[in-house]
Amino acid sequence: MGIVSSITRRTFLIGSSAIAGGVAFGIFAARQEPENPLVATLEEGEATFNPWVLIDSEKVTLIAPHGDKGQGVLSTQAALIAEEMDLDWGDFDVSFGEPSGAYWNRGFAEEGVPFMSTDDSRMAETMRGIVGGITKLAQVQGTGGSTSMPDSYVKLREAGAMARETLKAAASAKTGVPVSDLKTEIGKVILPDGSELKYTDLAADAADITPIKDTPLRDPSEWKYLGKPMERLDIVAKSTGTMMYGADLSVDGMKFATVCVNPRQGGEMLGFDATAAEALPGVEKVFPITNGVAAVASNTWYAIQAVRAVEFDWGPAPYPAEQDAHWTALENSFGEENLDSEWRNDGDVTTVEGEKVEAEYRSPYVAHAPLEPMNAIVKVTDDGVEIWTGHQMPIFLTQQVAAVAGIEPEQVTFHNQFMGGSFGHRLEFEHIKQAVEVAMEMKGTPVKMTYSREEDFAHDFPRHISMGRCTGVHADGKVVGLDVAVSSPSVLASQGGRLGQGLPGPDSQIAAGAWNNPYGFDNYRMRAYRAPELAPVSSWRAVGANGAGFIFDTILDETIHAAGADPLEERIRLMDHEPSRIALETVGEMSSWGGELAPNQGRGVAYVESFGVPTAQVVQVTNDDGFIKIDKVWIALDVGRVLDPVNFENLVQGGVVFGLGHAMNSEITYSDGMALQTNYHAHEAMRLYQTPEIFVRGLENQPKMRGVGEPPVPVAAPSLGNAIFAATGQRIREMPFNKYVDFV
Amino acid sequence: MKLTVNGTEHEVEVDPNMPLLWVLRDEIGLTGTKYGCGIAQCGACTVHVDGQAVRSCQVAIGDLNGDVTTIEGIGNPETLHAVQESWVEHQVAQCGYCQSGQIMQAASMLEFNPDPSDDVIDAVMSGNLCRCGTYPRIRAAVKTAAAKIREA
Ligand code: FES
Ligand code: FES
Repeated sequence: MGIVSSITRRTFLIGSSAIAGGVAFGIFAARQEPENPLVATLEEGEATFNPWVLIDSEKVTLIAPHGDKGQGVLSTQAALIAEEMDLDWGDFDVSFGEPSGAYWNRGFAEEGVPFMSTDDSRMAETMRGIVGGITKLAQVQGTGGSTSMPDSYVKLREAGAMARETLKAAASAKTGVPVSDLKTEIGKVILPDGSELKYTDLAADAADITPIKDTPLRDPSEWKYLGKPMERLDIVAKSTGTMMYGADLSVDGMKFATVCVNPRQGGEMLGFDATAAEALPGVEKVFPITNGVAAVASNTWYAIQAVRAVEFDWGPAPYPAEQDAHWTALENSFGEENLDSEWRNDGDVTTVEGEKVEAEYRSPYVAHAPLEPMNAIVKVTDDGVEIWTGHQMPIFLTQQVAAVAGIEPEQVTFHNQFMGGSFGHRLEFEHIKQAVEVAMEMKGTPVKMTYSREEDFAHDFPRHISMGRCTGVHADGKVVGLDVAVSSPSVLASQGGRLGQGLPGPDSQIAAGAWNNPYGFDNYRMRAYRAPELAPVSSWRAVGANGAGFIFDTILDETIHAAGADPLEERIRLMDHEPSRIALETVGEMSSWGGELAPNQGRGVAYVESFGVPTAQVVQVTNDDGFIKIDKVWIALDVGRVLDPVNFENLVQGGVVFGLGHAMNSEITYSDGMALQTNYHAHEAMRLYQTPEIFVRGLENQPKMRGVGEPPVPVAAPSLGNAIFAATGQRIREMPFNKYVDFV
Repeated sequence: MKLTVNGTEHEVEVDPNMPLLWVLRDEIGLTGTKYGCGIAQCGACTVHVDGQAVRSCQVAIGDLNGDVTTIEGIGNPETLHAVQESWVEHQVAQCGYCQSGQIMQAASMLEFNPDPSDDVIDAVMSGNLCRCGTYPRIRAAVKTAAAKIREA
């Protein structure tokens, strides 16, 4: 396998500034524990043992620093603490906490190193440790890359155990009963005589005790909550309209606003005329902001009407105006000078004997378009800036806000909120910076800035386009070689560039899904080519594996069919990683692969590894008089351990719907520098009537804890395309598939 | 302008062209009804007008002709409506942003047809977008709710 020789050539997600800080110092300093942010605001009688647990005489508060955009991590983070702490489920408050380096994300280290997730060699583990140290030093607190559970799994249980043992020590000091005779249950310490001391009653005593560390964690066989169905803590609020998202909050004296910024993303505003807008009812003020105009009004709708009434003179887009030119840029990037990295070169695919299959593939721009449009409430005063919104990167957010307002990050107070979806859009800062600009103009008055859906589509920072040029070689009924080349602009450079961070090495996301598969091909080459930056792009749920995974698995499927082999059996034969092979075998068994089908039916299988999760899927379609109907989907994923089986199934089914829906129906295309798709009518992905039955199996054979937010998505496109081929003989090599076939 | 929402009369001074959605959210402060698209494509803004599910982003307040019920009016965390109860049992929500609209659409459908076929469920509920893809659970929860309503 193409393993890495030099770390400096390689990609680190967190950018060059952190690397330049020096690794040796980094490791030394990274051993220090960051300060517990809960200490600063501690009041008399309150106790905190670590950054995740706060107790006073009234209640227990847990801090769940990973943002919740629908994936349910608020609940699961709480469950990890509650499990060890013996809390009564739901009998506590949970907060997202404040931005703090104490909440640095260990999981990011996994994705920041250029090793396959299945590689647990000493070199790979050492590098993960080093990058982990840098992540800690750089205070990278964030939610993304399906890292919430990998990051939290051990440390939040340790936080719970620490709190429990410290509370027992407090109870022991108070009663004279030795700790070994004390038990804990549903938020109480139980004495041998059966009498009980509530945790809340012990808070004041516990505050004076040095937290007790290094308690061994419980064996999973003792778990009461984890691994079993739990009622999500947010489920009642989300079923009664009482959940308050950023878009719903209200702050005293608040006004409503919206913006309209050059729809040619990054283009300037050359001029505007707001005369008509200012005369509209309810409008208080219309004024320019960076590259556009804002309107403040007494109602969001008035503000939206106002910016629609403005006459604009927009400058050109800083990227090719027409979509065709974007594809041409990718076509022209398959040259030596654009080689970003040769990720794999096993055997010699250029000399292997056999019959060849050659094909070219395309994966389009796609919008995140979470249902809650981008928004933020901001209040600017002489003391600083207060902001309420849902975001995935709290510390970066305070830095971005401070830069716009010309203050220090410490003067920014950020209240993170539940998010009405994100899919990666809430990693971005444009809307945040605009909301701050608006509030600066309205100093002293809190302003809620909400995007119209059209503004949200125009400024979505879609998934990057990618293109594949591939050759498969087969002989004697077997796949004997694959040569996969992928070209795309760098999503990490685009995203990091907006934060002022460079990308010191290759972009792993050009190749993700294609390089990191643990098949044991005798001859496999995977080369990634970096096209120039085109439209600004951003991480879209599962990021690079959506394009490169589709490309990789489809050329594999084409070669298997050309060889006359069985698509599932040949994948299993080639697979060189036990948990991945089991995932393939599992979907085979779940779907009764090989069973009788009607002549107009077909099945496709695909395997893509995403964020460390081996994922296999079978899709069955029916060709109904020229209309394709997706009947059923079977999916098996190995996340190490399933912590909440109900939420797990929901997230995976949602990932399948998300992956299939966009593969079938959605793309963003540019004309005159603007995205042509302005609202959901032109980018609707999947609706209920197209939704198949989806059967989910969580596997627990791999040694590491993994997250499941993203991994179910990339297998969707190849498994569907492979199924359509099986049913119709038509091979589709470009998403969205509805360009080539009609769906029911 | 006067309107009745969840049994309470409100008086608002707004442009008669303002959609009911924005009267509810920004004038009255009932934020359970969501803005998703503004063009009748997502269903997040679904409310009942005299029991019928309508997209509140498409009803100009000046044209409103009937009593409005929002998600806050059919039940609450202490006393759930049968549809909400089923939504909790099946743990339908992910981000949850679409779910007020989904629940209002389902409640209205079941009011008129407490035993909908799979095709009817698909047809009626397909106007409500869920970006998180909770559709399999929506289907299951609608059926549970239908059974509850039939038994009641
Ligand atoms: S906001 Fe009314 S249908 Fe989308
Ligand atoms: S639950 Fe997120 S949009 Fe439906």
